[in-house]
Amino acid sequence: MILVWLILIPFIGGLLCWQAERLGEQPPRWIALGTMLLELALVLGVWWQGDFALNTAQGAAAWAIEWRADWIPRFGIEVHLALDGLSLIMIALTGLLGVLAVVCSWHEIARRIGFFHLNLLWILGGVVGVFLAIDLFLFFFFWEMMLVPMYFLIALWGHSGSTGNTRIQAATKFFIYTQASGLLMLVAILGLVFAHHAATGEYSFSYEALRHTAQNELSDGMAWWLMLGFFIAFAVKMPVVPLHGWLPDAHAQAPTAGSVDLAGILLKTAAYGMLRFALPLFPEASQAFAPVAMGLGILGIFYGAILACGQHDLKRLIAYSSISHMGFVLIGIYSGTELALQGVVVLMVAHAFSASGLFILSGQLYERLHTRDMRLMGGLWGRIKGLPGFALCFVAASMGMPGTANFVGEFLVLFGSFEAWPWVVVIASVGFVLAAIYSLFIMQRVYFGPAKEETPLGGLDRREGMMMLGLLALVLWVGLYPAPLLSTSEAAMQNVERIMTLEQTPAMSEETP
Amino acid sequence: MTSLLALSPLILVCATAIVVMLTIAWRRHHELTATLTVVGLNLALVAQVVAWWQAPVSVTPLMTVDGLAVFGGVLILIATLACATLGHAYLEGAQGPREEYYLLLLCAAAGGLALVSSRHLAALFFGLELLSMPLYGMLAYTYRERGALEAGIKYMVLSAAASAFLLFGMALLYSRTGHLDFAGLGEALATAGGDGWLMAGMGMMLIGLGFKLSIVPFHLWTPDVYEGSPAPAATFLASASKVAVLLVLLRLLQSSPVQDAWLHSLLAVLAFVTMLVGNLLALTQNDLKRLLGYSSIAHFGYLLVALVVNDGLAAETAALYLVTYVLTTLGAFGVVTLLSSPYSGADASQLHHYRGLFWRRPYLTAVLTVMMLSLAGIPFTAGFIGKFYIVAVGVEASRWWLVGGVVAGSAIGLYYYLRVMVTLFLPEPGMQRRDATTDWAQRAGGVVVLGLAALVVVLGVYPAPMIDWVRFMVAG
Repeated sequence: MILVWLILIPFIGGLLCWQAERLGEQPPRWIALGTMLLELALVLGVWWQGDFALNTAQGAAAWAIEWRADWIPRFGIEVHLALDGLSLIMIALTGLLGVLAVVCSWHEIARRIGFFHLNLLWILGGVVGVFLAIDLFLFFFFWEMMLVPMYFLIALWGHSGSTGNTRIQAATKFFIYTQASGLLMLVAILGLVFAHHAATGEYSFSYEALRHTAQNELSDGMAWWLMLGFFIAFAVKMPVVPLHGWLPDAHAQAPTAGSVDLAGILLKTAAYGMLRFALPLFPEASQAFAPVAMGLGILGIFYGAILACGQHDLKRLIAYSSISHMGFVLIGIYSGTELALQGVVVLMVAHAFSASGLFILSGQLYERLHTRDMRLMGGLWGRIKGLPGFALCFVAASMGMPGTANFVGEFLVLFGSFEAWPWVVVIASVGFVLAAIYSLFIMQRVYFGPAKEETPLGGLDRREGMMMLGLLALVLWVGLYPAPLLSTSEAAMQNVERIMTLEQTPAMSEETP
Repeated sequence: MTSLLALSPLILVCATAIVVMLTIAWRRHHELTATLTVVGLNLALVAQVVAWWQAPVSVTPLMTVDGLAVFGGVLILIATLACATLGHAYLEGAQGPREEYYLLLLCAAAGGLALVSSRHLAALFFGLELLSMPLYGMLAYTYRERGALEAGIKYMVLSAAASAFLLFGMALLYSRTGHLDFAGLGEALATAGGDGWLMAGMGMMLIGLGFKLSIVPFHLWTPDVYEGSPAPAATFLASASKVAVLLVLLRLLQSSPVQDAWLHSLLAVLAFVTMLVGNLLALTQNDLKRLLGYSSIAHFGYLLVALVVNDGLAAETAALYLVTYVLTTLGAFGVVTLLSSPYSGADASQLHHYRGLFWRRPYLTAVLTVMMLSLAGIPFTAGFIGKFYIVAVGVEASRWWLVGGVVAGSAIGLYYYLRVMVTLFLPEPGMQRRDATTDWAQRAGGVVVLGLAALVVVLGVYPAPMIDWVRFMVAG
């Protein structure tokens, strides 16, 4: 039942915020903050009590907590929620970033505060739903649902560029990209369901039943197409390079809280989807697809990094750097070894911290300078108290400095992939150089160099300072002592690895006569 | 007696029409007429339960009352009730006679009821004409508006042409098979094989019915008629009238499936083209009613997928999609009607009328937002369940092209649905605007619209009862 509450709390909190707007400006903010703190506390409580080292020999998923109820009996659709180490980490991340998103928009959002927090909390509720849903219909339900509040967040509270309508265009682009690709996933899910129906005469959207069908009943060609349906949906959200068109616009126009949610959690739903669904459902097809995915990952690393170097808009730069980081995630996922998969988990968490940190910082800069154009910045080191120091730390994290969480993640991904894919790792490592270049660009263009003006700007207040300090502490903690994180996700990742390798051995032996 | 009970909804609606006519002749009174209409329609709705107890039963060689007929009857009556309620709010400000609107509405509803229970081409034609004729009057009801008059006349001329096609097609079928009842026709067609005249006859009937459903390339009238006509009449045209025609087409195809491969692929192509063209043409519209017109074209493209497959889940899909479509359309048009009520010149349907509506009328905006999301097929709304079914039926039959069309159409469709949605939330312009009356939510029209929105959301979150009901009715 706790799983249901994890989903419901943000939704209820959102409605309360909306109605609390009548009472004034502050109540919606406090309610939103309270809701997210409650959510976070619940997750941490579950983490404290639960045992996530469960494992079964057959590679079947073992859930720490499970909850199910009938929903649409006609198609065997259930409200089936389940939690394992991976989803737990992701939900904890969602709760944490939810708190940050509420706090960082404390002053930024001045209009229609109640409705803003309604959307913000509903995004988070949808995301938690995605991380908990195990029934494929339910998963799709949340996957599509979370787009709507995100759309409103960008379209209504976003920053417009030079021409009037760009934030609405960016929001529409985001929505259409993800929705259209989501429909492909629906088609793939239905293909799987009807294959199951043909084999057993029953409709079911259950994870276990469909996994069984996918591995035993499907022809190779069919499995390939269905896997592609899932992959494209996740690849758009991740984003993988040829499908990334929505991301820079959405980030550039979104309000800070929207960017934090986008980079911190929404992108992670894609990686989570691959780890939870695309790989375990279609291990053989995924193995066959791995070279392509690796290629796309490398492409993403370089494309994102090179384009990041050429941006003038600070948030666009961070957005492109996200694409680059997600390239590493993709490589880690498809290499399929436990080490690399563990690295993916750490990297996802690390990227969520560092990217949100950078987005929040750029939001704070925007509040002071009213621009995000780096050509108009420069020399800010001496003008703002506190902020540049934090920026340096997060930039260092983003480029994977040892001691930060990103280093652990990237190191594990590359280390884990090296055995099977040495050349991919060698090429991907070059991406670090590019990462260093764009990261230093940020520091150089924004904080160093000749100052445009000499008047000092307001330093960080207590709210901003606490926020950044907390994030930084987390980055360092995970960077220096990642063991708790790793042990939580270990069992889940071992499962994924086992599924991949179990299927891989016969397939490989067929291919190499 | 069984037959009379089975036909009781139709009889009640006709009786109400007569009572309303006599009342108007006796004394013109808007409230009284509206009340009589609503009471009559509600009685007919209750009588559907009685009819369901008798089902399935054949009433004369012309009609049959079975699950599908009762299902269609319920949908049509609900839509008519909504149109009557909305019409009441709308017509309060109209000059000239207001009461005849209800008379026309009742006659059209009777036509719809006759149509969904027909199992003979004669009954089909009779029902279709009884449905269409009053609509000419309804569409041109506010005839002082140029647009309304144009809409009425345009619909009349084109509808007459479509009827001619339909009759010609029926005549050809009769000349080759000697049957006019669906069942006999089906048997004769199954044995006849590929006869050119038969195919021409089927094709012409398809044109006639395709016109009523505004399937591309017979859709040209739709946006103009939707835009020009008074909102409650357009609501009826978009909901009840289309439901009736689609259900009769479903019945026709079920009893005499399209055997011919060529005709079958023609139907598939029409479905594909309809969903794409409808969505593409809607992209640049600035008038909400026009936009809804194009969107309805696209939705009937999706529905055609179910008719093309005509197997497995198809009948259930078509029926269920109709439920979601009717609820959503009624809601969307209902908001337009409320904003344009009471009548004072052309309807408030330009998109700029809706700019910033959220900050003035949050709940009305929430209704329209839910309806737009439902039309776009987003989870938490009934439209999502409908779209899920359409994709499912396409995947089940492995019609990948049609599935691709649905996906592409939905992606395109999002653009204009989102445009409408975001307009509602934008800052208000300083310009003069149209608005709903302040007490809209306490009035009958407002209650209907709020109820529809609640229903769309509830059925989107918990669709099991709807699915069970639809299955029960379609199977029965």
